[in-house]
Amino acid sequence: MSVGAATQTTAATRPRTRGRTGFLGQQAKREVGWSGALFIVIVCSLIPVLWIVMLSLKTPASATDGSFIPHHWTLSNYKDIFNTGIFTDALRNSIGIGLISTALAVILASSAAYAIARLDFPGKRLILAVALAVAMFPQISLVGPLYNLWRQIGLYDTWPGLIIPYMTFALPLSIYVLSAFFREIPWELEQAAQVDGAPPFQAFIRVIAPLAMPGIVTTFIIVFIICWNDFVFAISLTSTTAAQTVPAAIAQFPGVSQFTVPYGDIAAAAVVVTVPVMLLVLLFQRRIVAGLTAGAVKG
Amino acid sequence: MSTGAVAAPAPAAPARRRRRLTERARSERRLAAILVAPALIVMLAVVAYPIVDTIVLSLQRADLRFPNANKFVGLSNYGHVLSAPVWWQDVLHTAIITVIAASIQFALGMLLALAMHRTAVARGLLRSIGLIPYAIVAVVAAYSWQLAWSLNSGWIPHLLGLSGDPLSHTFGTYVAIIVTEVWKNTPFMALLLLAGLALVPDELLEAAKVDGATAWQRFWRITIPLMWPAILVALLFRTLDEFRIFDVIYIFNQGAQGTESISMLNYSTLLDRLNLGLGSAVSVLLFLLVALIAFVFIKGFGAGAAPGRSTPR
Repeated sequence: MSVGAATQTTAATRPRTRGRTGFLGQQAKREVGWSGALFIVIVCSLIPVLWIVMLSLKTPASATDGSFIPHHWTLSNYKDIFNTGIFTDALRNSIGIGLISTALAVILASSAAYAIARLDFPGKRLILAVALAVAMFPQISLVGPLYNLWRQIGLYDTWPGLIIPYMTFALPLSIYVLSAFFREIPWELEQAAQVDGAPPFQAFIRVIAPLAMPGIVTTFIIVFIICWNDFVFAISLTSTTAAQTVPAAIAQFPGVSQFTVPYGDIAAAAVVVTVPVMLLVLLFQRRIVAGLTAGAVKG
Repeated sequence: MSTGAVAAPAPAAPARRRRRLTERARSERRLAAILVAPALIVMLAVVAYPIVDTIVLSLQRADLRFPNANKFVGLSNYGHVLSAPVWWQDVLHTAIITVIAASIQFALGMLLALAMHRTAVARGLLRSIGLIPYAIVAVVAAYSWQLAWSLNSGWIPHLLGLSGDPLSHTFGTYVAIIVTEVWKNTPFMALLLLAGLALVPDELLEAAKVDGATAWQRFWRITIPLMWPAILVALLFRTLDEFRIFDVIYIFNQGAQGTESISMLNYSTLLDRLNLGLGSAVSVLLFLLVALIAFVFIKGFGAGAAPGRSTPR
């Protein structure tokens, strides 16, 4: 109680308390301490990534020597995977299926999120409840019936066979993230457009859509990463290069014989599939963080 | 939080009771229905249909190797699953991984979140690098760690001076799998907790400090209670995710060395043994367990904050 009261007065008189001169020395020391801890975090985050890069640069003969840094550097693993149809086809499938699923999910989620953030209608809680239930659903539990159904109607091992589940499981997060973004938009502008005579739908397209773009782009990136990363559906609902995505293809890379693991090929493919996502993350880091936390916490 | 959920429909209620809606309200509802329908229909069709199908299949003897021998068998598939030692072992494996991995992620995630919250040095860079494990393809993360731990290829056995292959026995495999999960998912946990930390006013902590509270007391008495809703949401997300663990175990050893999880069992029953009846029973049981965990979090600890607050205005 008294603490709460104290807060209000401090908040009113001293909005920013950190870095006062009296504490500066101590504060600076603490900063150094935290930064040291963060340095450790960075090293821990990056070592497995560096390791897979190093492994991808080892010659097949030295792949099993157990050293972190290759003794003989080579790009032959990359040449290998780009010369085999398995990987290039999988890359094409991953990009195509990922982009289409993401686009469909973001379109459907945008319209739903607009209604949730903006319009007054019964059943608003129903759609949020359905979205939450879908988000919590164990995807592996859908694999059996989808496998069965897809085989009957000819969607097994096709693009739509993966696009449909990807889109569906991307919808809940998209709806949550987008409605969090849409709630921040200055909607007075839309009312102004409506006063000027534009019907609600036109007001949405002409005025609000451009303002909503940052949120939509963020959602697109987050959803694309999710589709790009999926393994459960990819391994269960595909069997050939017709629709196999990279994660599934990597898990089934053939070795020279049944008992040799193609370490170099796996590592090189892993690096190639990681690079685009890494670039997206580094470029849009701030937005992705905002989107993820808005969807989950403000959700 | 729960008040938000209860209070939100209240203003709408009198409007609904009004006999004639205004033209504007009616057009608003029509627009809302049109906008929401596609997403709702897709989610219901793609998830609800298979759920019903799973439940129906779980009550049948359905084996793709004998397609013409399908027959309604009541609950006997459930009896088979629940009386099989492998089911209970897999429940135990899954629970071990879930509890340990989620706890470590929470502890490290909290430290990471506090560090990101407190430091001003290169915060953007840190967040980007912290996001890398989150964004990396799960299969790639699993391979990276598996190849690092394996005696054949990896650097970890050399570093630790191990003579045997850590992945050839149960304990080593569990350690490796949990390290992988922790590495991949701690940043996400940290981001959620960081958002929660932002809800704790600096002034409150400063005031407590002036009143003589130690850093430890401030953390437990002020920071933790104020960010409790964020903590619960983060824990709920991660617990459910760990409980459904599949990719990492599949890549490591497909459940050998006593690490088979429920999802792994579900997959192998459905797609390796092609026994849809038994596999569907496992699916339903897994779904019930996930629902139970969510229910315990939401009702038991009040993690309903997120969906409740999301009801706008």
